[in-house]
Amino acid sequence: MKYQPVIGLEVHVQLLTDTKIFCGCSTKFGSEPNSQTCPVCLGLPGALPVLNKKVVEFAIKAGLSTNCSITPRSIFARKNYFYPDLPKGYQISQFEDPICQRGWLDIKLEGGELKRIGITRIHMEEDAGKLVHGDLSGLNDRSGVDLNRACTPLLEVVSEPDLRSSDEAVVYLKQLHQIVTWLGICDGNMEEGSFRCDANVSVMPVGSSTLGTRAEIKNVNSFKFVKQAIEYEIRRQIDLIEDGGTVVQETRLFDPNSGTTRSMRSKEEAHDYRYFPDPDLVPLVISDEWVERSRQELPELPEQRQQRFIAELGLTLYDAEVLTASRALADYFEAGVAAGGNAKLVGNWTMGEITRALNDSGTSIEACPVAPLQLAELLKLIDNGTISGKIAKTVFDEMWRSGKAPQSIVEEQGLVQVSDSGAIEGLIDEIMAANAGQVEEFRGGKEKVFGFFVGQVMKASRGKANPSVVNELLLNKLKG
Amino acid sequence: MNIIDMTIHELHTALKGKQLSSVEATTAMLERIESVEPQVGSFITVTTEGALANARDADQRIARGECHLLTGIPLAIKDIFLTEGIRTTCGSRILDNFIPPYSATSWEKLRDQGAVLLGKLNQDEFAMGSSNESSAYGPTRNPWDTACIPGGSSGGSAAAVAAREAIATLGTDTGGSIRQPASHCGCVGLKPTYGRVSRYGVIAYASSLDQVGPLTRDVADCAIMLGAISGYDPKDSTSVDTPVPDYAASLAKGVKGLKIGLPKEYFIAGLDPDVQVAMDAAIETYRRLGAVFVDISLPHTDYAVATYYLIATAEASSNLARYDGVRFGHRAEADGLLGMYSKSRSEGFGSEVKRRIMLGTYALSSGYYDAYYVKAQKARTLIMNDFMAAFASVDVMLTPVAPTPAFKIGEKINDPLQMYLSDIFTIPVNLAGTCAMSLPAGFSNSGLPIGLQLIGKPFGEETILRAGHAFEQATEWHTRKATI
Repeated sequence: MKYQPVIGLEVHVQLLTDTKIFCGCSTKFGSEPNSQTCPVCLGLPGALPVLNKKVVEFAIKAGLSTNCSITPRSIFARKNYFYPDLPKGYQISQFEDPICQRGWLDIKLEGGELKRIGITRIHMEEDAGKLVHGDLSGLNDRSGVDLNRACTPLLEVVSEPDLRSSDEAVVYLKQLHQIVTWLGICDGNMEEGSFRCDANVSVMPVGSSTLGTRAEIKNVNSFKFVKQAIEYEIRRQIDLIEDGGTVVQETRLFDPNSGTTRSMRSKEEAHDYRYFPDPDLVPLVISDEWVERSRQELPELPEQRQQRFIAELGLTLYDAEVLTASRALADYFEAGVAAGGNAKLVGNWTMGEITRALNDSGTSIEACPVAPLQLAELLKLIDNGTISGKIAKTVFDEMWRSGKAPQSIVEEQGLVQVSDSGAIEGLIDEIMAANAGQVEEFRGGKEKVFGFFVGQVMKASRGKANPSVVNELLLNKLKG
Repeated sequence: MNIIDMTIHELHTALKGKQLSSVEATTAMLERIESVEPQVGSFITVTTEGALANARDADQRIARGECHLLTGIPLAIKDIFLTEGIRTTCGSRILDNFIPPYSATSWEKLRDQGAVLLGKLNQDEFAMGSSNESSAYGPTRNPWDTACIPGGSSGGSAAAVAAREAIATLGTDTGGSIRQPASHCGCVGLKPTYGRVSRYGVIAYASSLDQVGPLTRDVADCAIMLGAISGYDPKDSTSVDTPVPDYAASLAKGVKGLKIGLPKEYFIAGLDPDVQVAMDAAIETYRRLGAVFVDISLPHTDYAVATYYLIATAEASSNLARYDGVRFGHRAEADGLLGMYSKSRSEGFGSEVKRRIMLGTYALSSGYYDAYYVKAQKARTLIMNDFMAAFASVDVMLTPVAPTPAFKIGEKINDPLQMYLSDIFTIPVNLAGTCAMSLPAGFSNSGLPIGLQLIGKPFGEETILRAGHAFEQATEWHTRKATI
C-alpha cells in the first residue's frame, strides 16, 4: 500500500525585544546565570506580569505578514504544569482567542508551483528557564536552574496539517524563517533556539481522507533535522502499520546524533494543562486603527519585493529570489541601484563578488566594508569604459581591503583603461613582429590563434587595454 | 487620652503639635502588644527594633516640618503583604523562612508617608478561612471574648485594632476577609473596588477577587488609610487609572436624600436575632438622618457561595503552584524531583489550603472545566449584573456583614460548608468587583460586636464612607472598647 504523510508544524519564534514579555529584565543571551531576573520572572510571591507592548506589535506584524486576522480582544491564559524551569508553576500563554488567527502562507515548491499552507493561529507566550546539569558551585553532580531565559517573549506559529512531505515542511519553515527575520522580529538563530520547531506527523493510505494518529516530534532545531526527523518518523509509522501495528498518539524526541525519534511520553502521560484565563492580565484590546497603523509600517515583504525587482528592474525570477534571500541583501542591492548602478550589473556583483567576499571573510551583509554607493561607483567606471571588468575585480579587492574609493584606487595604481588606438597599435605591431609564425598560422586559416594574440596584447598592456578596441585593431592587422 | 486608644487623626494632631513623639507612641503600642499578645495572638512577627527605627525617622521628619497624615503613626499589616527584609509567611509553614527582596506597593505607600511598622499580622493560611484558625502560627482570639474567633482571613488585622495593639492595620479581602473580621471585632473595615488598590507584592489567593483595604477605629481613619493606599500602579495591570478623591473631605456631607437599597435576599430567615435587631436599628437611624430606603432584589445571590468557591479555588490552585520548594520557602529532602515537590507541599501547606487546591484543580480539569469553571464565570456575570441593575435605583446598599456574631473557636473548623456560609453576605461584593464597608452597629446579648455592611457602586468609596461617617456620628457603637 502507498501512504500519504500529513504534517503540521508548531514553530516557536523568539522575539527580538530588548526586554522580557512581562517584566523589564534584559533578554540578552549568554549572561551569568540568574543575573537577568526580578521578582516577576522569578515567580516570587506577590509579583504580577505587565505586558510588553513591543511584543504585541511584533505579533501583529507576524500575523499581517502571514495573512492572519488580528483578534480584536485576545486573552492570556495560564498553562499549568510543574517543572523546575517554570518558576510560577504555570506558563502565561494564549489558549482561546489568540492574537492572530486563520492565516496562510503560499509556499513555493520545486518548479515554481505555489501551495497554500494554512496557519491556524499565532499566539504570544513566555519562555521557561533552563536547567543546567553537572558540577555547580563546587558541588558534584547537581542540577541548577537558570532563569535568565524565563519570561522571554515567544510567538508560537501553528500550521494546519497541510504539508505532505518533509520537503514541503522545510520550504514552509524556510519561508516562515525568512518572514520573521525580514520583519526584524526574530534573529532566526536556530542553534541558540531563537527559531525552533515541533512537527506533528501522521500517515494515511493514499486516497484516504481519514487522518492517521499523529506523533508530535520535539526538539528539531535545524532545517536539516526537520527533514531528517520527519522522514524517519514517516518511515517508522509506515513500517509499524505494515507490520500490523498501530501508531499511538505520543510525544517523541528527535535525537540528532542518530537521526531517529524516541518516545518521550504517551497520551496517557500527557499533561492536563488546566488552561484558564490569567486573572492578572486584562484582555488585550487591539483597535482597527492599531492594526492599520501596523499594516502601514510593514516593510515590503520578500514576495512583493521579488515581483517589483522583476517588473521594475528587469531581473530574472532567479536573480530576484537570490537577491531577496534577506532583507539586508535586498536593501544593499537596491541602494546600489539607487546610487546609479546598472541593475543587472549591481545584481551580478551583489550575488557574485560581494557574496563571495562576505562568505570568505565570514562577514554579514550589514557589515560589508564596501558600501552600495562605492560598488555603484565602481560599476560606473566599467560602464563608462574607464576600466575593464577584469580590472574592476582587482579594484574591488583593494576597496574591500582598504575601504578606499574606486576612483582613487584606479588613479593611484594607473589602472585607467587604454582605448587610444595609436598606443594599442604599437603594442600589436611589436607582438606580431615577435610571433611571425603564429601570424602565418592565422593567415593560413587557423583562427583560434586569435585568442593567443588578444592575450598577449592584454598582458603587454597589463590588462589596461580596452578589450573591444584590441579585438577590432588586431583583427584588421592580422588579416593584413 | 491613652495613646493606645487614639485614632490616626487624633495621634496625627498630637504628633504635629509636638505633644507626643512617634517614639513615645510606638513604645506605648509595643508595650501594649507585649501585654496582650499572649491572650490575642494578633501578630506573627513583631518588628520591635524596626518599629523604633521607623519612629525615630518619623520624629526627624516631623521636626523638619514634614508631617503627613500617617507620618509616625504605628501601624501593622497582614502577613500577606511582602515587606523587604522582613519575614513574610502568609500564615503558612511553606513560607516560614521567606524573607522577601521587595515590598508591596500598598505598604510602600504607607511607608513613604513615614508610617511605623509594628509587625506582621496573623491570618488564615494564604487568606483561606473565615476564622483565623487555619494559620500555621496558631489561632488569633477575639479581643471581646477570647473563646471566640476574630473572623478571617484578616483576623489578626481586626483583632489588633480591637485590642489596641495598632492604631490601624491593612488587610485583604477576597470573599469578606476584611469586612467579616471587622464586624466580629467591632472595627471599621473597607474592601475597595477591584482595581482601586494595587495588588503588587500582595501574596495572591484568588487574583480576580483579592483587594487590599484598611481596618480602623473609625470611618475618618478609614478614609485616611484608603486615600493613602489607592491609585494606579503600573506594576499591576488590573489596577485602574482613575483619580483618587479626597475621601476625608466629603465625610461630613450627610445622608439626606441618600437612596439606600435593602436587598431582600440578605434579610432571610435564619439570620441571628441579634443581627436582625442591629439591622433594624441601623435602618431606623438612617431614616432619622434623612436617608430613603428602597426594597431591591439581587436575584442570583443564592449562587454566590458556590460560584465563589469554584472561581477562588481555581485561581488559588494555580497561584499556589509556585510554592514548589525550588526557589524559596520550605523544601523537604526527598528522592527525586516529584518526591521533593509532593513532600515539600504536603508538609508546607495546611489542610484547608490543600482542600482548596484540590477543589480548584478539579474545577479546571479537562472534562470538568466547562461544567464548573466556565459555568461559575457565567454565574459571576449574572451576579455582577444584579448589582449593576440594582444600583440604577439606589446609591448604596445596606446589609448585615455576617449572619451571626463571632462563633466559638473550634465550632466550625471541622465543617467547611458551615464555615463557607459565614461569608454569604460578603462574597457577592467580591464577585461583582465593587466596594463595601463594615462598621460597628451594635452588640449581641453576649456582648459581641455586630457589623453593618454598606455596599457602594464601583469606585463609590466616597459615598459609603460618607454614609458610614453619618451613622458613626449618630451612634456610639464605635466608641466601645474590647474588654481585653
